[in-house]
Amino acid sequence: MSKIAVTSEGPSLDDLVDPRFGRAAGFLVVDLDTMKTEYIDNGQTQVMAQGAGIQATELVARAGVSWVLSGYVGPKAFQALSAAGINVGQNLEGMTVRQAVERFKAGGVESAQAPNREAGR
Amino acid sequence: MIVSVASGKGGTGKTTVTASLASVWDGPVHAVDLDVEEPNLHLFLNPVIAGAEKAHMPVPVVEEALCTHCGACSDLCQFKAISDLKTLVLTFPEMCHGCGGCMAICPEKAISRGTRELGEISWGVSGKVHFLMGRLRVGEAMSPPLMRHVKAMLGRMLDAKGGDAIIDAPPGVSCPAVNAVMDSDVILLVTEPTPFGFYDFELAWRAFTPFNRPMGAVINRAGLGNDAVLRFCSDKGIPILASIPYDRAIAEAYSQGRIIAETSPELRETFVALKGEIQALARQAGRKEAAHA
Ligand code: SF4
Ligand code: SF4
Repeated sequence: MSKIAVTSEGPSLDDLVDPRFGRAAGFLVVDLDTMKTEYIDNGQTQVMAQGAGIQATELVARAGVSWVLSGYVGPKAFQALSAAGINVGQNLEGMTVRQAVERFKAGGVESAQAPNREAGR
Repeated sequence: MIVSVASGKGGTGKTTVTASLASVWDGPVHAVDLDVEEPNLHLFLNPVIAGAEKAHMPVPVVEEALCTHCGACSDLCQFKAISDLKTLVLTFPEMCHGCGGCMAICPEKAISRGTRELGEISWGVSGKVHFLMGRLRVGEAMSPPLMRHVKAMLGRMLDAKGGDAIIDAPPGVSCPAVNAVMDSDVILLVTEPTPFGFYDFELAWRAFTPFNRPMGAVINRAGLGNDAVLRFCSDKGIPILASIPYDRAIAEAYSQGRIIAETSPELRETFVALKGEIQALARQAGRKEAAHA
């Protein structure tokens, strides 16, 4: 069973990918075999003064995912995700979660080697 | 008595006021540079440095073999400087505030104390003035922990040698500036009579007012700009303790790193008078406190 998390503006596959990782509205955890979804609200993390990227990493790590798909991932979050053995697919904003998952399944998402966002943003 | 010399922004002459005030003070006096991000008081006082030591803060080090991934440390730390990712515990020592909470809460005693270097504290003498400064390590993001070390050292020096302290505070109104001024007996706000100077002066006055310490203004480069600062001071009842004229000779002395109180008898008088005003302000506040007690 392989699960991935997509930063999402809402709880359904037809919601838009939230471009932010740490301060995303939530995460849609998708089981790639069954396409069953589970929504993790990230509202508590959004308001944190610091460490949002790390808190978000904790949430997705606890959900047991092997990939995170998002728009931009900052350096601290990237470091934490890499340490937890979670791959990162970036630059997937401007589409629905379903489209991002389809692209991923078709092999159109690369595992990022570096964060694409500066610290503190 | 502890006097802190603050300003809403950099470049108002805060450091030169600190140095000059220390040079005319009578009795034992400690000149302290708490502007740890950019200390420059030593450039004016040219102290002979007698000693230095590094200051550290405790940060967590996790023994993975003992960890059961209970998540307690992670849930506790509001700074996310320690994070349980279920397969491992990550630490971000540079984000840690050194509270020690995670070390205390870990049920498996898996977290021990490592250290992060904050910077260096050095001390010495400049003539009859005792000198103390902190310098933040390059790359260190937090000033207040190092500032607390410097203040603790100042406390020990005051206990051992007695006398008063004059603190060169960091500019601005953020956490480091507040940390510097909050436990002083008198706060001096150095400003320039320009629109920008006034704007930052007002911010500083608002930020420091809640501490209920006697505050007074020192107008540097008086004669420049407009009278907005003066009007504000008279409205709010902020005493203007000294005015330093805008003068080419002073600007030159300043740029050469000289103590301006030593450039002319008139300026020396200005600072001697300022010292008297500060002492009067402190006495007045002391009497008020006694009356309320
Ligand atoms: S010492 Fe305090 S601030 Fe530092 S990691 Fe532990 S809980 Fe967080
Ligand atoms: S509190 Fe101790 S045992 Fe629990 S996750 Fe943290 S390090 Fe591991």
